[in-house]
Amino acid sequence: MTVVSPVKSAAPAEAVVPEPPPRRRNATRAAGLVAALGVLLLVMAASVAIGAKAIPLDQVWHGIAHYAGTDTDVVIKDVRLPRTLLGVLVGIGLGLAGAVMQALTRNPLAEPGILGVNAGASAAVVSAISLLGVTSLTGYVWFAFLGAAIVSVLVYSLGGSRSATPVRLALAGTAITAALYGYVQAVQLLDTAALDKMRFWTVGSLASANVTVLKQVAPFLVVGALLALILGRPLNAIALGDDTARALGARLNRTRILAMVAITLLCGAATAACGPIAFVGLMVPHLVRAITGPDMRWTLAYAAVLSPVLLLTADIIGRIVTRPGELQVGVVTTLIGGPVFIYLVRRRRMAQL
Amino acid sequence: MNAHAKAHTSADARAKRDAMAKRDAVVQQDAVTGELGSTGETGSTGEVGATGEVGGAALGRSRRSAGPARTPRARPERGPKSDARTRARRTALRTRGGLSIRVDIRATIVGLTLTAAALAMGVVLIGTGDYPIGFVDVVRTLFGNGTIAQDYIVNELRLPRVLVALLVGASLGLAGAIFQSLSRNPLGSPDVIGFGQGSAAGALTVIVLFQGSSFQVAMGAVLGGLVTGIAVYVLAWRQGIQGYRLVLVGIGAAAMLSAVNGYLLTKAELVDAARAVIWLTGSLNGRDWDQVWPLLIACAVLAPVVFGNARGLRMLEMGDDSAYALGVRVERTRLVMMLAAVLLTAIATSAAGPVAFVALTAPQLARRLTRAPGPNLLPAACMGAVLLVTADWGTQRMFGADQLPVGVLTGILGGGYLLWLLVTERKAGRV
Repeated sequence: MTVVSPVKSAAPAEAVVPEPPPRRRNATRAAGLVAALGVLLLVMAASVAIGAKAIPLDQVWHGIAHYAGTDTDVVIKDVRLPRTLLGVLVGIGLGLAGAVMQALTRNPLAEPGILGVNAGASAAVVSAISLLGVTSLTGYVWFAFLGAAIVSVLVYSLGGSRSATPVRLALAGTAITAALYGYVQAVQLLDTAALDKMRFWTVGSLASANVTVLKQVAPFLVVGALLALILGRPLNAIALGDDTARALGARLNRTRILAMVAITLLCGAATAACGPIAFVGLMVPHLVRAITGPDMRWTLAYAAVLSPVLLLTADIIGRIVTRPGELQVGVVTTLIGGPVFIYLVRRRRMAQL
Repeated sequence: MNAHAKAHTSADARAKRDAMAKRDAVVQQDAVTGELGSTGETGSTGEVGATGEVGGAALGRSRRSAGPARTPRARPERGPKSDARTRARRTALRTRGGLSIRVDIRATIVGLTLTAAALAMGVVLIGTGDYPIGFVDVVRTLFGNGTIAQDYIVNELRLPRVLVALLVGASLGLAGAIFQSLSRNPLGSPDVIGFGQGSAAGALTVIVLFQGSSFQVAMGAVLGGLVTGIAVYVLAWRQGIQGYRLVLVGIGAAAMLSAVNGYLLTKAELVDAARAVIWLTGSLNGRDWDQVWPLLIACAVLAPVVFGNARGLRMLEMGDDSAYALGVRVERTRLVMMLAAVLLTAIATSAAGPVAFVALTAPQLARRLTRAPGPNLLPAACMGAVLLVTADWGTQRMFGADQLPVGVLTGILGGGYLLWLLVTERKAGRV
């Protein structure tokens, strides 16, 4: 599993065993990435066009390029477009967080939803709303970070121990999630007004997206995503095991801390914006590794493009299935992701990463 | 004896160190070839479970031998001493005809104490409320010698609630012990791996989509739990069932069902949603004889099945192969036990909602009290009853009668317990 340089020279090429020469392989990967970007654009267009009121694509373009203030234009600019963009950002966030988590814990089942990071953010946000009376997103995004950070440190300290198998880690995460949601439920019981507000938030939905939300979480998600993308190289080294990574000159502690910061930023901001959404971070990295192989730099790049595709598709499905109502995107991703998870579990060699 | 013991443990420790060094080397090799360090382990979790993981029959032994090697402040003489102590505490009852039963004295004492505690707490709970009644009066009323007012309050209003609490607690404790033993993991309890959520999904469907009566809600819960149990079993089947696969498939199912539950909550009117959230938390408010009878019948049918198969379950903890060699029908025992546990969970849930963490904590607390290997089924059931009755009493005393459902308190306590469990298990290198 030698590190392959993505664009330029094929200097370490002699150490690489795979059949196609690296240069061509990288070209294929790059072409695939461009194709994935094309798919993303298509899905984004579909996300703006499809909904309770279907809007033809030419009008979509009209509404974006030549805003004239008609009803359709307003729907596009104030509702669909922010929703789509938020979907893209949150998708990137969850997918990258999942990929980084799987690499960091070296666990194929690691995922912000399963390991309870989203639940930690939820519990913190719910406390902020109900106990401290925080109402604005800018206010509770910080609580979301706090909750996500605490749980991700906890999970990592569990995952870092020598005997942490995927099973035990997943169980620990699920149990933490159960405890935290129990707490969320208790808060909802004490505060019916909060229940009315939060029951929509706790399933994970993009429906509340608007320009303000978008502006508030975008900086955190962008910073987190950039941080995650930079970490590709050191994470490659960590995949070889601690000792080898150290011998190769990777700074383990720095990488780990930065990875945790990235996970916290991404999960915290994503959860604050649209509630806990599970399984995106699990499915996409697995799919992507099947395309790119184990190189984290390509995995991360692909994950950043394909996760929003998945999230937006799930959102579109949710809008179509129960028209004119909506199935929340968190519900759809879980219903798609649950079977994928079970499939991964049933595979013979579960621990392949 | 001490010198002998020391020699014994140091030999153990040396063996352990060697084994660990060997394993490290293997891990290293794996890592270099680009594989995960954990591949070797996960592939054979079934086997590892029996010796390394918690909840195995080998727990007591492995902890003792591992102690001196791993934790720096372990006292070497502790292991053999407690060994002698536990040996002295087991005895056999023999009859003339040659029948004999092995009795673990400590476990028996613990079981009896827990039963007494559960009953005593039940009496205290009956006396608690807007109209307090003294302990002696309650007992007198229960035997039919109270005043008319007391008789009405005790036998009609409060006794059914306490009976539901006792039975639900016992069922959950029993189901938890079975699942923790089958999955060989202290976290593998039905409320974590999806069966609670399955029952909840069934009940919520009835509440939200059909606005059903409480009887229909209960039926929905039983049906939901059963369907989930069967689905998980089928999906986890792959040339037999393995504990870890069961757990992980359960986790996947739990996640999906939670999503469905969340969706149903958003579909509901606010009134239904509030009712559903109370139900989801687990509540004992307003339970009457209608809930007691089905529970009692289910327990009366299922408990003998469970205890009849307890030996097989205990053998299973040594691993499938050993159990098979000892004459246990592995898959049949597992299926029967799992079905019984699923039914117990479903019926308990239908009566009181998915009360959080009783099934998770009761077996572990019971095990720590009895210090006996094996699933500890009976103590776990008693412990569950004690826990739930005490939690209900605590909820009423702390928050006022009928203000908050009991699940809030068990949830908070369970969360604390979970944190403690994770920390200690990590220290012992088992999580």
